[in-house]
Amino acid sequence: MGRYLGKRLISTIPLLLVISFVVFMFIHMIPGDPARLVAGQDATKEDVAVVREQLGLDEPLLVQYGKYMKGLFTGDLGSSIKNGKTVVETIAPRLKPTIMLTFSSMIWAAIIGIAIGIIAAVFHGRILDYVGMIIAIAGISVPSFWLGLELIQLFSVSLGWLPTSGLETWKSYILPSLTMGAGIMAVLARFSRSSMLETMREDYVRTARAKGLSESLVVMRHAFKNSLIEIVTVAGLQIGGLLSGSVMAETVFSIPGLGRLLVDSIQMRDYKVVQALLLFFATEYILINLIVDVLYGVINPRVRYE
Amino acid sequence: MAEKLLEVKNLRTEFKRDKTWVTAVNNVSFSIQPGEILGLVGESGCGKSVTSLSIMKLLARNSKISNGEILLNGKDLLKEDKKGMRKIRGREVAMIFQEPMNSLNPCMRIEKQLTEAILLHNNFSKEEAHNRAFEVLKSVGIPEPDMTLKSYPHQLSGGMCQRVMIAMAMSCEPELLIADEPTTALDVTIQAQILELMEDIRAKKNTGILMITHDLGVVAEMCSRVVVMYAGRIVEEAPVQELFADPKHPYTQGLIGSVPKLGSGVESLPSIPGSVPDLSVMPKGCKFAPRCKYAMDICHQQEPELADINEAGTRKCRCHLLNKTGKEA
Repeated sequence: MGRYLGKRLISTIPLLLVISFVVFMFIHMIPGDPARLVAGQDATKEDVAVVREQLGLDEPLLVQYGKYMKGLFTGDLGSSIKNGKTVVETIAPRLKPTIMLTFSSMIWAAIIGIAIGIIAAVFHGRILDYVGMIIAIAGISVPSFWLGLELIQLFSVSLGWLPTSGLETWKSYILPSLTMGAGIMAVLARFSRSSMLETMREDYVRTARAKGLSESLVVMRHAFKNSLIEIVTVAGLQIGGLLSGSVMAETVFSIPGLGRLLVDSIQMRDYKVVQALLLFFATEYILINLIVDVLYGVINPRVRYE
Repeated sequence: MAEKLLEVKNLRTEFKRDKTWVTAVNNVSFSIQPGEILGLVGESGCGKSVTSLSIMKLLARNSKISNGEILLNGKDLLKEDKKGMRKIRGREVAMIFQEPMNSLNPCMRIEKQLTEAILLHNNFSKEEAHNRAFEVLKSVGIPEPDMTLKSYPHQLSGGMCQRVMIAMAMSCEPELLIADEPTTALDVTIQAQILELMEDIRAKKNTGILMITHDLGVVAEMCSRVVVMYAGRIVEEAPVQELFADPKHPYTQGLIGSVPKLGSGVESLPSIPGSVPDLSVMPKGCKFAPRCKYAMDICHQQEPELADINEAGTRKCRCHLLNKTGKEA
């Protein structure tokens, strides 16, 4: 297992190199001149040129990429164009809100989604199945920005139970995490249901029943454990999506997290910050996939990494 | 007649298909005595597996037992509630299936799968359950029970998996074992070993076995009596030697005739023309009449009864061609 993990970690390095290159090139392809944005709309051409030189943007792209990579390996990610702070200083305080949001959304979405899926499968074709699937379809079809606004309208404006925005207390996390998790809950509910329906038809489930086990043991110990192999895969992909999905929720609820920072930085053409954020999201995505692969081996004895 | 372990009386099982109920098993009656191996033979789709699942009450949700009695030691299983049935399954009646590889949970070690049933039906500690699991594995001829207990199903061969299945079925010493095509998915040499093992268990524990198969070789090898099913009905019942020596029903004759024999010099194997009728469009009279070369007018009009055809009452046949003396009409 240790060797497998080591191998997998090493194999992510070339992947990250490719991602860094693609991200770098794409950002510089976005129209708009950061030097002009920094110098101001009234600045003369000469002033803009000076700023451009200061920012190192006058050099050929490949040279800029080389410098960027050098900085990456020495831990110097450069400074934000916007406020002059280093990239690390800019990103660090915004990590916590995004990570908290991501995890809280994932946890409730996974628990509720999988539970709905199991119940729908066990009561296949009956009323609970239909109710579950209506919830799931609603969760998939409702756009998250709209859901966020409706939740604010109901719980903050009309009922006054929860704050509309900001991050003062734990209560501030409830609405954004509901907004972010709804889609994932729905995907997991539908997926768990179909996967459970499939495993419930397996011969070994019949064997479990023939032993005299209670239906709940048959479902959870025999059917669900096998379904989990597939569910974990989908759940992993979904968390990856959540990290970038925080952009929407953070914008609607004015939360100072990484998602909002990304949007602001793209608007400012704050290349250094955008690059660092995208690389951060990519790394997290890769790590989550790695965790999923490891979990996959833990759940499924037919896949063991020796 | 000796006491009966299992007595199935007038069993009728129906399936819901496209909003209408179709009958998969119709008016089936048979019995098994302790220590007896009864063969239940027929083509795919003739209702033999449905019969076995009816006894266990493990039918799919779209099916129901609409008539009959299933008496296990005189107790009607159809009157048992869910909880009562769970106590009977695995404890009094155990079952083994056709695909041993798929019948074991791929995510669970053999030990867990074995001890699960043992702990459920006995008041054992974990250690006692482990010891019992070890013992039953040894008794089904598994060379290294300790290794096998720690294994996952995919690490075992098909024959080993079937041995594990048998061990699991026998772990609570049930009185009745239902074996649904237990050797169909196995190599011929492994088949023989598994059959020998089952015969061994029967002899030692006096277990009654319902052997469901389409393999007449297995029947000849193992069973003392045979019930032949066709289109959800019993068409013939007889002691095994009499059935092979003198099959009465044209369907049984066809089945036995279509078994290849070594050195018979026949170039092409005889077969029964046509195929099993669909459950929802059954012929009116005898269900076998459309495929029967002896079919008479009455066969297409009226379904024959399953009648005794010898004085001792050991042979039964459902055919217009026969009267009670077994002579052709």
